[in-house]
Amino acid sequence: MKRKIVTGCLIFFCFLLQTTIFQTLALASIAPNLMIILTASFGFMRGKKSGMFVGFFCGLFMDVFSGNLIGFYALLYMVIGYLNGFFRRLFYAEDIKLPLILISGSEFVYGMLIYLLLFLLRSRFDFPYYLGNVILPELIYTILVTLILYPIILTLNRRLEAEEKRSAGKFV
Amino acid sequence: MRKKKQNSLASKYWLLILSGVCLLLMGISLISDKINGPLRIFANYTVVPMQKGINQIGMFLTDITDNFETLQLTRKEKEALQEKVDELTLENKMLQQEKYELERLQELYKLDSNYADYEKVGAHVIGKDPGNWFSTFTIDKGSDDGLAVDMNVIAGSGLVGIITEVAPGWSRVRSIIDDSSNISAMTLSTLDTCIVKGDLKLMNDGKIKFEQLENNKNEIAVGEEIVTSHISDKYLQGITIGVVSDIKVDSNNLTRSGYLTPVVDFKHLHEVLVITTLKEDVTKEIKEVK
Repeated sequence: MKRKIVTGCLIFFCFLLQTTIFQTLALASIAPNLMIILTASFGFMRGKKSGMFVGFFCGLFMDVFSGNLIGFYALLYMVIGYLNGFFRRLFYAEDIKLPLILISGSEFVYGMLIYLLLFLLRSRFDFPYYLGNVILPELIYTILVTLILYPIILTLNRRLEAEEKRSAGKFV
Repeated sequence: MRKKKQNSLASKYWLLILSGVCLLLMGISLISDKINGPLRIFANYTVVPMQKGINQIGMFLTDITDNFETLQLTRKEKEALQEKVDELTLENKMLQQEKYELERLQELYKLDSNYADYEKVGAHVIGKDPGNWFSTFTIDKGSDDGLAVDMNVIAGSGLVGIITEVAPGWSRVRSIIDDSSNISAMTLSTLDTCIVKGDLKLMNDGKIKFEQLENNKNEIAVGEEIVTSHISDKYLQGITIGVVSDIKVDSNNLTRSGYLTPVVDFKHLHEVLVITTLKEDVTKEIKEVK
């Protein structure tokens, strides 16, 4: 229960940061994507189910404030969270390489899907432009923010896990 | 071991269920507005108050940096005056517009709608689109303040965008530089209509595209003012969009296209004015008068 509340708050604050402070800190009007960091890291830290649910709620927030269709971003983020769950077995808390690769991979896939579904289908064919001016800058900025945000998520997760272990130990 | 297997099965089912839910939500939101409502009201009590708070802190910080305008009172006065100036500039534009109209129509139609006395509501921009692909933003006024979908949003006497969603305490505005924005517009002096389209590619240069301007004898030079047209069913007539910065004849020799510079600075948008008169109502009124 405590984990759910903490996770909910985390999603909430990340969304707030993304729509306010990071939009004013935007470099060349590109802001980082905190929601993808959250979704991906919960995916590979906690497994498919966690990633899926975190993704679903992150996406829902995006839908209410951004999309025209409720459920579009939710589906997208959910699948990304689920796919990250497959890498749980390879995940070690000490290793920062895998998280970085997975988060940037997710961000790239996310960018590509948005381009394909929301831009290519409206006959915006200049892919190199969108790649160079939106997808890659967003990717780089997101990686930079990951270096700060990811350790915070990791410590939070560790604390929660330690607490859960303790309370589980009491029953044994 | 067995437990693990059960877990992985469960997550698969969850994926299916949630995907189904998402698809269902998309389907329903295509047809009706029923889901958006509760979600918007939820956002009204959670995200939006916090955004307002953060925005206020941001404003407070800019206040401090504004050395010359530290006195709260003068600031307020200035704001009110600025609003007045915007209003008057708009009124002036409208009058100019009306003069052209009068010359052209020679009182044939007696279109007596006075655009300047539209009622306006001031609002603050409190949040921007979370992604980088579209250009929408949220403002801190909603249906409680009398706003509704399709109301026009202006700032500094130029068109900013249109309201696409309203909740009790906030609403979402799609700006005219958004990639999915299309506006029916016209040139101020010759009344030739054209289409003004937002484009992600031009967003950083602060420009927007216009297309399908008839290639007739009317000369349209750089600096020509483009305003919203009489054809549009959502945008009120005669709101300034921008000035032509580049124009060329298309390869089909029938139309002209080019770029315009919006009169609004979209990068530093803090306060906007929402015109609470809808185009629908205006056209209705005109019909009734006739």
